[in-house]
Amino acid sequence: MPKVPGLIKGLGVTLSTMLRTAKEGSHTIQYPHVKEAPPIRARGVIALHEGNCTSCMLCARSCPDWCIFIEGHKELAPPRRAGGAPRKVNKLDRFDIDYALCMYCGICVEVCPFDALFWSPEYEYSEPKIADLLHDKRKLGEWMETVPEAPELDAGADKKGKK
Amino acid sequence: MSALLAIDMPYWLQTILRVLGGTVAVLLPAGTIVYVFLFKMMSFMQSRLGPMEAGPYGSLQLFAEVGKWLQKEDLYPDRADKFIFKIAPIVVLTSTFLLVAVVPFGPDAWFTNFEAGVFYALAVSSVSVLGILIAGWASANKYSLLGGLRAAGQLIAYELPMVLAVIGVVIQAGSMNFQEIVMAQNAGEIFGWNGIGNPYILTQMVGFIIFMIAVQAELTQTPFDMPIAESELVSGYMTEYSGFRFLMFFIGEFATAGVFSLIAAALFLGGWGIPFAWFGWDSMDSIDNWMNIVGPLIMFTKMMVLSGIIMWVRFSYPRFREDQLQKFAWKVLIPVSLLNIMATAILKVAF
Amino acid sequence: MTMLGDRQQLAYIASQAADARVNVELETEGMTLNIGPQHPATHGTLRIICRLDGEQVVWAEPSCGYMHRGYEKLTEVRTFPQVTALVNRIDWLGSFANEVPFILAAEKLMGIEAPPRAQVIRTILFELSRIANVGLFLGDLGVQLGAVTPVFLAFRDREYVLNLIESATGGRFHPNFDRIGGLKDDLPAGWIEETRAVMKKLQGFCDQMEDLLFGNEIFLARTKGIGIIPRDVAMQYGLSGANLRASGIDHDLRRDTSLPMAWNKADWKVWTHTDGDAFARCWVRLQETRESCKIVEQLLDVIPSGPIMTKVPKIIKVPEGEAWVATENPLGEMGYYVVSKGDLGPFRVKIRSASFNNMSVTPWLLKGVYVPDVITILASLYFILGDLDR
Repeated sequence: MPKVPGLIKGLGVTLSTMLRTAKEGSHTIQYPHVKEAPPIRARGVIALHEGNCTSCMLCARSCPDWCIFIEGHKELAPPRRAGGAPRKVNKLDRFDIDYALCMYCGICVEVCPFDALFWSPEYEYSEPKIADLLHDKRKLGEWMETVPEAPELDAGADKKGKK
Repeated sequence: MSALLAIDMPYWLQTILRVLGGTVAVLLPAGTIVYVFLFKMMSFMQSRLGPMEAGPYGSLQLFAEVGKWLQKEDLYPDRADKFIFKIAPIVVLTSTFLLVAVVPFGPDAWFTNFEAGVFYALAVSSVSVLGILIAGWASANKYSLLGGLRAAGQLIAYELPMVLAVIGVVIQAGSMNFQEIVMAQNAGEIFGWNGIGNPYILTQMVGFIIFMIAVQAELTQTPFDMPIAESELVSGYMTEYSGFRFLMFFIGEFATAGVFSLIAAALFLGGWGIPFAWFGWDSMDSIDNWMNIVGPLIMFTKMMVLSGIIMWVRFSYPRFREDQLQKFAWKVLIPVSLLNIMATAILKVAF
Repeated sequence: MTMLGDRQQLAYIASQAADARVNVELETEGMTLNIGPQHPATHGTLRIICRLDGEQVVWAEPSCGYMHRGYEKLTEVRTFPQVTALVNRIDWLGSFANEVPFILAAEKLMGIEAPPRAQVIRTILFELSRIANVGLFLGDLGVQLGAVTPVFLAFRDREYVLNLIESATGGRFHPNFDRIGGLKDDLPAGWIEETRAVMKKLQGFCDQMEDLLFGNEIFLARTKGIGIIPRDVAMQYGLSGANLRASGIDHDLRRDTSLPMAWNKADWKVWTHTDGDAFARCWVRLQETRESCKIVEQLLDVIPSGPIMTKVPKIIKVPEGEAWVATENPLGEMGYYVVSKGDLGPFRVKIRSASFNNMSVTPWLLKGVYVPDVITILASLYFILGDLDR
């Protein structure tokens, strides 16, 4: 069989791609109208479960670009048992993440010892003003609704070790 | 002539009609080519949809683009030769309008019909070189200068094969008038069979291929787009242009693609005509008036096919290097087209 | 050495002749053309100062550092887990591959090794990032040479690979998935089957590229015999990766070093080419993409079950010492020399990135070529600005 010249083959590739696009549709999606669901693990935005946070500052300290701001104070809570001494609890005043600085490394979520931070695959929170990218604890709490269940692991995974 | 236009209308009305027709004949193909090929065909070849938001299937995108360009500031570099910088796009666009003047769209639907039409078309097509060269020079930009000089070298090199390719057609038709070339093709016959006339693409296949390659180079489309070469020279001679002047270059590029396709259709594909034997026509005078309406449509269809090929090649190939292009023009195209002329002349005498 | 001498001599004569013409005969000036810092061909901010005679380059020098982000210094004020998030951004197209040598160096200092399952998954992700990186190179090559379509096809098919990386690690571009002692998380269910399907598509993509670009006569005319790097010059300038293998030197760290990774579990081949020109470099990369697909396909079958983390303390302190680990990254040899003083973070890190050394050959290589060939050569050397300037 004689060799097909590369020039003809090149034309063939573009033509077949065109016909396939016309027949099966494109590989792109029309973004605002159609939305692609990101994978479950996608690191879109960090959600805060406020009740779990003890303002221990581990996340703020381990953040590579210091974009987490935490302030808290200690409060006296009523004792668990009648007649006991009142407990000291940490009350969270401020928990801000500046998404203009965040580089989505996920270290804060990982170091959190009390499961207060979670990744959500939500990604549509761009703002016209850069200052609005600072999410306070109310807004971070709202992201909790979008946090998915952790994906099922592969069959070969060591499931005992995972929490 | 049994003409619709020539008899029923006064001269001034005819003139106005023809000027309007010329504008339409330049802008309509340009817009259609940009939408159908540049926006849609290219996108489909790349597994995407192209513009979809402006109008149904993005069909009004071009108007949005034009609006965007018109809003932009008319910038020029500080050290540019301002007068020349400003007229360069006008020169380029003018050559397109001059070029369309000789293209016939029907038995009477022409803008001007003179004997040396082919000669005129080939001469006028090189005016755009001048515009590109002065655009490159006046921009006071090294990339523009390189682009302009490349364009000059390239367009001159490809003017010659284009002329030589057309000479074959001229010899075969025995005329330089576009109307007569179209007539000769549609009234012709192949070994006594006149079912499809005798479009010169059959007899002048070599000439047609050379002409299309030369057109590709004249239009500075890939694989011959070194004057623009966006990965090397940023945008070549267009680098410094913005707003309306860039738009003029842009229209010029695609309108010229359309007009060259029209010329190629007239020279090689039988132009506006349909084989005359179908209706028993034998001369220009016997053609029915409705051809003046159908003719432009036929021309438009042929133009779309040819410019589709030009664009298809553009989207598929990488570009040559400047010296390779010159080598290709002088060592391959010109000798082949000379041989083609020789063969045509011999056969013309023999038959 | 003969070729180097000849070429330099010729280029010198050419530049002298150009100067003579400038000064005496025509009274024309040579032109200094700055390719960059903002130029479509440099895909980033690299400046190449070219002295032109007409369209011929008589002298050229790259001027790097426009994108210097000081990673070596930054790592000194970060803890070990934080560094992986930073080094992701060095070669941003094959980011997972940047983490691996650093983590391996830290593990070497701590005297631990990732469990076998983590090693295999690491290798798979490493090769996936190579495919994502080099796949885009194949498309980008088309754009540099003037063909518009290949880059879109490359982006289309790279998307599949990025989706895989994202669904496993959570990050498309910057996975930050590697941890000292293993990996952050295990693979999600169904990932292996998905990867198998994608690898088939990627093989198809390589075939498509071969038809669209590598068989094209214009492409051949533009790349064959352009920018030839002879064997000895490639050695002298310290080239690595596909640039070195295209010059006929059979050197691949994946095969030649014994790192705790899983390349030896797969059956694959190191491609070399004898020509050393631009086409050879591109061709070697094309074959490498195919080879990577094969490695991934084979490794998917041999993922052992078990844990993905060894026992490491919660707060990682790396013991005092120095370690050097280099791997064969998509762009070439990438290595980290880590000095630790027993703190939370490294005391000093030297990053050896492939693009910087590959770029060093350009002043020699660009002498006497035409301006379009400058672009071809730069494209075929394949550098990433983040990798070049760090």
